Amino acid sequence: MTLAQIIANLPALVVAIPLLLAPVAALLPFAGLTWALAVVGTGGALFCAVMLMGATAGGKSFSYALGSWPPPWGIEFVVDPVSAFTVLVMAALAFIATLFARTALLAEIAEADTGKAYSAWLLACGGLSGLVMTGDAFNLFVFLEISALSSVILIALGAGKDRRALIAGYNYLVIGAVGATFYVIGVGFIYAVTGSLNMADLAERIPQVPQTTVVMVGFGFMMAGLLVKAAIFPVHVWLPAAYAFAPSAVSALLAAIATKASLYVIARVMFGMFAGVPDLAGFAAEFILVPLALAGIFLGTILAIYENDIKKLLAFSSVAQIGYIALGFGLASTAGLAAGFIHIGNHALIKGGLFLAVGCYAVALGSRVNLGSMAGLGRRMPITTTAFLVCGLSLIGLPLTAGFISKLYLVRALLEADMIAVLLLVMASSALSVVYLWKIVEVLWQKADGEAAVTEQPALYLPLWIVAIANIWFGIAPAPLVDGAQRAAMYLAGGL
Amino acid sequence: MLMDPNTALIVGLLAPLVTGLLVPFLAVRANWRDIAGPIGAVVTFLAAIEVARDVLAGGAPSWMLAELAPGIELGFRVTPLGAIFGLVASGLWILAAIYSTGYMRGNHEKHQTRFAAFYAVAVHAALGVAWSGNLLVLFVFYEILTFSTFPLVTHKDSKAARDAGRLYMSILVGSSVILLLPAVIYVWMMTGRLDFVPGGILAGAVPASVAPWLLAAFTFGVGKAAIMPLHRWLPAAMVAPTPVSALLHAVAVVKAGVFTLLTVAVYVFGIDYLADTGASTWLVWATCFTILASSCVAITKDDLKARLAYSTISQLSYVVLGAAIATKMAAEGAALHIVMHAVGKITLFFVAGAIYVQAHITKISQLDGQGPEMKLVFAAFFIGAMSIIGIPPAGGSWSKFMLMVGAADAGMVMVLFVLGVSSLLNIYYLLDPVARAFFKPKAKEVKIDWHPLTVWPPVATAVLCIVLFFFADPILGLAQAMVAG
Repeated sequence: MTLAQIIANLPALVVAIPLLLAPVAALLPFAGLTWALAVVGTGGALFCAVMLMGATAGGKSFSYALGSWPPPWGIEFVVDPVSAFTVLVMAALAFIATLFARTALLAEIAEADTGKAYSAWLLACGGLSGLVMTGDAFNLFVFLEISALSSVILIALGAGKDRRALIAGYNYLVIGAVGATFYVIGVGFIYAVTGSLNMADLAERIPQVPQTTVVMVGFGFMMAGLLVKAAIFPVHVWLPAAYAFAPSAVSALLAAIATKASLYVIARVMFGMFAGVPDLAGFAAEFILVPLALAGIFLGTILAIYENDIKKLLAFSSVAQIGYIALGFGLASTAGLAAGFIHIGNHALIKGGLFLAVGCYAVALGSRVNLGSMAGLGRRMPITTTAFLVCGLSLIGLPLTAGFISKLYLVRALLEADMIAVLLLVMASSALSVVYLWKIVEVLWQKADGEAAVTEQPALYLPLWIVAIANIWFGIAPAPLVDGAQRAAMYLAGGL
Repeated sequence: MLMDPNTALIVGLLAPLVTGLLVPFLAVRANWRDIAGPIGAVVTFLAAIEVARDVLAGGAPSWMLAELAPGIELGFRVTPLGAIFGLVASGLWILAAIYSTGYMRGNHEKHQTRFAAFYAVAVHAALGVAWSGNLLVLFVFYEILTFSTFPLVTHKDSKAARDAGRLYMSILVGSSVILLLPAVIYVWMMTGRLDFVPGGILAGAVPASVAPWLLAAFTFGVGKAAIMPLHRWLPAAMVAPTPVSALLHAVAVVKAGVFTLLTVAVYVFGIDYLADTGASTWLVWATCFTILASSCVAITKDDLKARLAYSTISQLSYVVLGAAIATKMAAEGAALHIVMHAVGKITLFFVAGAIYVQAHITKISQLDGQGPEMKLVFAAFFIGAMSIIGIPPAGGSWSKFMLMVGAADAGMVMVLFVLGVSSLLNIYYLLDPVARAFFKPKAKEVKIDWHPLTVWPPVATAVLCIVLFFFADPILGLAQAMVAG
């Protein structure tokens, strides 16, 4: 295969590399070797994603026909500014989480399980990338299932430390399956009236369908399923336990990339597939997405304030942060979409970093991290804690951090939409987020009773610091991320 | 000329930061550590003088680093008002650094290294606010100032200190995130820029009907200006060691608040725009209320630092009032009052701390008859109080005079009345401690420990109060440059 051929096949490779390496990982004997394979898999995907981003520069888009079957009959992968942006964000964070996993995963699961773990890890990464790349509504369901089932395995691996991981995994399995089923039922309705499964093709055919009730019901089912997958309030219930009881490295991976793919799909479905139906996407955005996002922002923040288990606290905070993204999408404007996509990137950096830091704490302590066990860790683990703080400040949205850029563009989009009341609510919740972060910071510098010696391992804090520095980097020089997100928004908004 | 103005800007900005970062490394040698503060302060002050001199000559020293978003640069550019605030913060830091060594050692406080480090970083943040090139950079340093002073407020690590710290953070961070930041972004959206322009940038971009609301978002977004009802954090912060109350909660932090509002009024709204739209009329009343109400509360306080804190709240509103009156004279008076009140109030806090270190007295009622034992500090207190009340020959009389003339220019007779009543209240509650100390029979015998490092700084600032009455010209020149455009 020549270089030109490789480049031509990049859209498939970004998904295929991790998927193909997954079964190999399950068969390899040594933990180190399987990890190396995972690094190769996620690294390869990252390389492909970077190349794809370059290929879409200037708003270009192209289609890749799987097996050379031309769409709309065959399955196509769509490379455009939207998918390239999202897949790059996800691949980058997945790669860093993989680097982190080497030490972190071994500390929390049995060595014999690592092969299975990395196999599921690669499947999850590949499945989630597939979710983003595919231009086929049914194929999307397949990737939804691949990523969901592999995520369940990853979450359940936490059972070695805490048996509740099994229940968390089971809940995710059941609720996730309901979501995926809803989605596929919706696809069925749409297929029944259009006879097509290709998204681009559907976007043209749906407006011509006379029975709008069927279209609306189909849209409703699809959206309901996707809301579950994206963990938007009130169907977020699977998320806190799943993030909290999964092994630390898995929490970091899932928190950084899992819900992002589904949020991306929501934007695609609303503003791509159903853009041609008068009022439908606009109605759903205004009366479903915005209220749910606001409710999630507040409830997530308040639950986080009263939570003592750090991973659960961060998970509740994720519910709130997902709300910010959904709110941006809900504005149904170019600025709003851009704000949403910017926060997809920044929140991946923020929450990925925070979960990596908590992973460092968990490995050092050898136990679950809660407010009590964190006492005095700031003095004993200064390197980790500094990075934690950087990501935390980014979460609150302090200027010069990535989180601020998100807030800047979200506020701007809200002002443009003349939604002053919503704006004040958003700012109030972001002020409240200071409360739960501050709760942690206070404890970190408290005096602990028994100060057992803990060590900080470079293998753990180096990946963390990469993310922490990225949080500052994209706070000071946000142009690459903002441009990418704005191109994505403009591309999608073409259908508004 | 020591260095060129742009270099001076960088030196002045970084010297406090470097000092703060060096302090932990000098911790093993306490004397070296404690001399680092004054040295850093002197360097900073010299740089600030150089910067101010250039601004007075019509220049605008600047340092641009990067572009954050279209129209928003990460950088510094000194306005005349910024030059004034920079001079005040860095100049008083010299004395405060010396004083804080005396206070912390005399009081045998713990964690002196941490204290000294954050103290210097807070000054760095204050200078960042003073010399910021646009509203966003100002906002950044405004927040850094909040965060860097938090460890100072909670220094004692008691439950009271922690509670005060929470109140401090929640009011200051909360108000700035909920109101100030959206206001800044709104300005950016409407005008496409955030830099400080003489005459303002809002005219023609923001409709007159929105202006009062935008001003309200700024006013209540800047919690550091302590306009009621956002004043509660300031008395709470008095739990901090007195050097913090003196430099930070009488000068750097609170002045950063009123400086921000004055900057917004002069360089973002523009005085003419405020006057034309009447956007600040409500603020005149809000500040008048704060001036009188906090004076009334101050009278009821027996704790000396609490009384000074409420006096500060009242005096901060003078500055904001000067901005709200929206005449050139009033704005100049406001700028001048930043300086005059800073020098006066730091004197009073220095004295409060000196009394505590030397005699362990915190209550005014226990001061009876202690005057003759501590003549120097009470003399300093008297002069500082005179300056704040506005009695010549103390510097504070200039700023009050200009505020009154400004109010008269605008035809606001009520304001004159409020200022008059406030001065009477000031006389009562600020001279009361001095009168008690000298004219009442001694309540109880206390042992006085002599700590010279806590005595001479207030004496120096008291002298400065008088000096500023006779040599106010450079400051006045900067204030006039501020409104000249």
